Amino acid sequence: MGQAYTPGLKVTTDTLLKQRRVLPLRGEVMVQANTTVGAQDVVARAELPGDIMPINMANRLSVPPGDVRSLLQVEQGMQISKGDVLAETKGIFGLMKSKVLSDHSGVVESISDTTGQLILRGPSTPVEVLAYLPGKVVEVLEGEGVVIENQVALIQGIFGIGGEAFGPICMATSSHEEALEPSHITDTMRGAIVVGGARVSHAAVQRAIEVGVAGIVAGGVDDADLKAMLGYDLGVAITGSERIGLTVVITEGFGEIAMSERTFRILQEREGRQASVNGATQIRAGVMRPEIVIPVEANDTADDADSQWEAGQLAIGRPLRVIRDPWFGRIGTVSSLPAEPAVLDSGSRTRVLEVDFGNGEKAIVPRANVELIEA
Amino acid sequence: MTIDPNSINVILATDCGSTTTKSVFIERQPDGTFRQTQRGEAPTTVEEPFADVTIGVINAVTEIGEVAGRKLVDEDGRIIQPAGTDADGNPVGCDIYISTSSAGGGLQMMVGGVVKQMTAESAKRAALGAGAIVMDTIAANDGRKPHEQIQRIRELRPDMILLSGGTDGGDEKKVTEIAERIAPARPQPRFGSKFVMPVIFAGNKDARGSVDNAFDESIDLQCVDNLRPTLEEENLGPARDAIHDMFLEHVMAQAPGYDKLMGWTSAPIMPTPGAVGNILTTIAERQGKNALAVDIGGATTDVFSVFDGVFNRTVSANLGMSYSISNVVAEAGLDNVLRWVHLEGMDERELRNRVKNKMIRPTTIPQSREALVFEQAVAREALRLAYVQHKEFATTLKGVQQQRTVGDTFSQKTSGTTIVDAMKLDLLVASGGVLSHAPRMSQTALMLVDAFEPEGFTTLAKDSIFMMPHLGVLASVHPQASEQVFTRDCLVVLGTCVAAAGDVKWGKPAFSWEMRGSQNAEGDLLGGQLKLVELTPGETATVTVKPARGIDLGAGPGNPVAHEVTGGSVGLILDARGRPIALPESRDEARDVVEGWYRELNIIDEGDA
Repeated sequence: MGQAYTPGLKVTTDTLLKQRRVLPLRGEVMVQANTTVGAQDVVARAELPGDIMPINMANRLSVPPGDVRSLLQVEQGMQISKGDVLAETKGIFGLMKSKVLSDHSGVVESISDTTGQLILRGPSTPVEVLAYLPGKVVEVLEGEGVVIENQVALIQGIFGIGGEAFGPICMATSSHEEALEPSHITDTMRGAIVVGGARVSHAAVQRAIEVGVAGIVAGGVDDADLKAMLGYDLGVAITGSERIGLTVVITEGFGEIAMSERTFRILQEREGRQASVNGATQIRAGVMRPEIVIPVEANDTADDADSQWEAGQLAIGRPLRVIRDPWFGRIGTVSSLPAEPAVLDSGSRTRVLEVDFGNGEKAIVPRANVELIEA
Repeated sequence: MTIDPNSINVILATDCGSTTTKSVFIERQPDGTFRQTQRGEAPTTVEEPFADVTIGVINAVTEIGEVAGRKLVDEDGRIIQPAGTDADGNPVGCDIYISTSSAGGGLQMMVGGVVKQMTAESAKRAALGAGAIVMDTIAANDGRKPHEQIQRIRELRPDMILLSGGTDGGDEKKVTEIAERIAPARPQPRFGSKFVMPVIFAGNKDARGSVDNAFDESIDLQCVDNLRPTLEEENLGPARDAIHDMFLEHVMAQAPGYDKLMGWTSAPIMPTPGAVGNILTTIAERQGKNALAVDIGGATTDVFSVFDGVFNRTVSANLGMSYSISNVVAEAGLDNVLRWVHLEGMDERELRNRVKNKMIRPTTIPQSREALVFEQAVAREALRLAYVQHKEFATTLKGVQQQRTVGDTFSQKTSGTTIVDAMKLDLLVASGGVLSHAPRMSQTALMLVDAFEPEGFTTLAKDSIFMMPHLGVLASVHPQASEQVFTRDCLVVLGTCVAAAGDVKWGKPAFSWEMRGSQNAEGDLLGGQLKLVELTPGETATVTVKPARGIDLGAGPGNPVAHEVTGGSVGLILDARGRPIALPESRDEARDVVEGWYRELNIIDEGDA
């Protein structure tokens, strides 16, 4: 068999990207179909129902739950403010009455005769969905959100932290092999998406947060640096909700590893252009990888590597990256695809391929341990 | 549907996993016994672009049909039932078709009860036993404020909720309060916005009315018998059955293609882990054994046990070998992982980066010997941690009042003690990638022994093609066929472990042993030693062990024991390392000791470092 399927991360200069931008609950769509939106335009809005505050009225009034309703001064559905009287006891001969005041503002949602609980719902909070992808609204999902489409340069990272961020691309290092250090971060990078070559250190991220950088894109990160950035050891790769002050997208992996030359070049050629980045990563069913999105402009040149290979197909000559030791991070091309499984040094028997790292250096690697460089 | 077991000769079973649909074919042999004869697999097709689970099922079944020379799928793409012959006299179809499913993340539940250690824990046991993943347990005393609990319920998107609380005739108010917290949170189901959230109430029967009043039409409430009718009694059956019914009616019916699949099967589709529990319980019951099975995956580790007829299952959500590997190292500590590594010169920083790289690229496999040794060391710790969680969960009922006699004064038994007893364990079954795909069987055997630390005599086995789910559903239709296939085809017996517990002193005599039968041998073991004795598959022997003072091999400290043992692909493992296995504190000494054990078990070869 000459071909096999090994999916990789997408790194392309020109692809049609469709983004479904929907609310977590039903709400109002703010834009119309066939209009053009900017990355930070609000496309949909909803009111998130307020927090629930149960109040144990039976305890507060010192009466059985069944008696609570007769002492209430409020009704279901009534809007109340903090300090309003919720209930009052009858007292003794009309004297020594005690009152229960509300500790919160909200609407009375329910009153239970079994437990004597009054459920108060606090004010709702607005939720807004931004366009994220600047482009054309191709579909309006009534009450839910929109679908936006545009031709973009798309770079998928392997791992990220933090949510969506926006800003102009700003190259901080001169080569894809240069590590991103604090000295590379300058005050002019405020609000930018800063691109470093190889490993990004915790100190560099700290400096970027001080400056007000919106996002960082780098080749690698050390486990210890990630722990320092987050303040804890990340156990499972489900990220996106971190609030460390900026978004970080790692393109290659953990350790001392340079950014792929092509990824670096694509970003370099688009320096100064507005980008949308998202660090959210989820490596389980429904895989989600972090990404950098830059809309295509008229004078952009397409990359030679684009559309030369069929997506996911492993074939002789195809560029790939080894994603496990002992050749972790090395980039080469497929030079042979033996059909028969081979026995590895570990003793496992599995299907392999031969990779040519250039300069005549070749290695046999399990097919499970390579990733295609997808265009 | 009732099926006459005598009319069944050809059985087809599938397990629709998140990524792969596996099919097995079981046929009655001329001698009347059942054997698994063929297997096939195909990618699961629940997700887009297919969005129809039956496509994957048909592909996996067609693969079997091709190798078996039997047409199993008709022109309309349906499984042919019952078995027969076509116009040309060729065999076609199967007598029964059964299936399990864990596609789409399996069955995800939230459970609630009044007291965390009592009714809420019983509810959790019922949900786990039915094969669910328990996303959270809400209880009146779980340490969270009511609004925090409500916030949590709002964030979760469970497939269904199991609510318990109160013994029959006891307090109604507390359990109604929990219902009143669930109601305004309006929990949103995972599938379909039009889907009504199913809630099963298995609490105080007198509280059914007030619980019903707490919910509106956005909830589909079903009341079943109390799972804790009295503090002394746990009655999980009705709640488990209700979960299975709701799973089929609500969850499965929403998943793409399942309505069609449900029409094909001869028995209800079961959640995969529920089926594993079923087969383990059946085997333990029929063979009178205490059994423990583990399934270690990329994200989670499931542990199932049956001790004295009581079944328990735990899911350690973040202990796994790929997605969760970083969490295993964080929880266990790198030092604990490295104690199982005999190789020198591993750089800590590089190892930590390698762990994270495995987490973000979960499908990679160890290429070098060094990487394999490290991965198997992590597996030992993942299994050990999952086992600790299992022991903590599988307990006698908590909150039970105990009548004590004078004789009990000195025994420290209280309610809520673990029922998992390493000395009573008869059968330990391994499944999951790192265990079933280890290059050498002895690697699997020693990972099991190091992590679970069985005591006395324990048979070790692995379920190499993960057939237990299929056999679990089969057990509900044809227990005899299920048991025969389980014993003959599903389990690969690795051998027997004979391990010393008690006061084992390293370097001092621990026990002497004698083996008589297919093979004859004898010897003495010092504390800290591990010995492998050849006893091949199918061979049996009687092993007599005479422990030194203070050391227990099953008959009490210092007492000799004789036991019939079965051989396997590894053989007889004699373990005098004591329990718990304690390694020398010096890293260099520990490395030498571990290397000695690995050499004895042929995990590493002569000449290898």
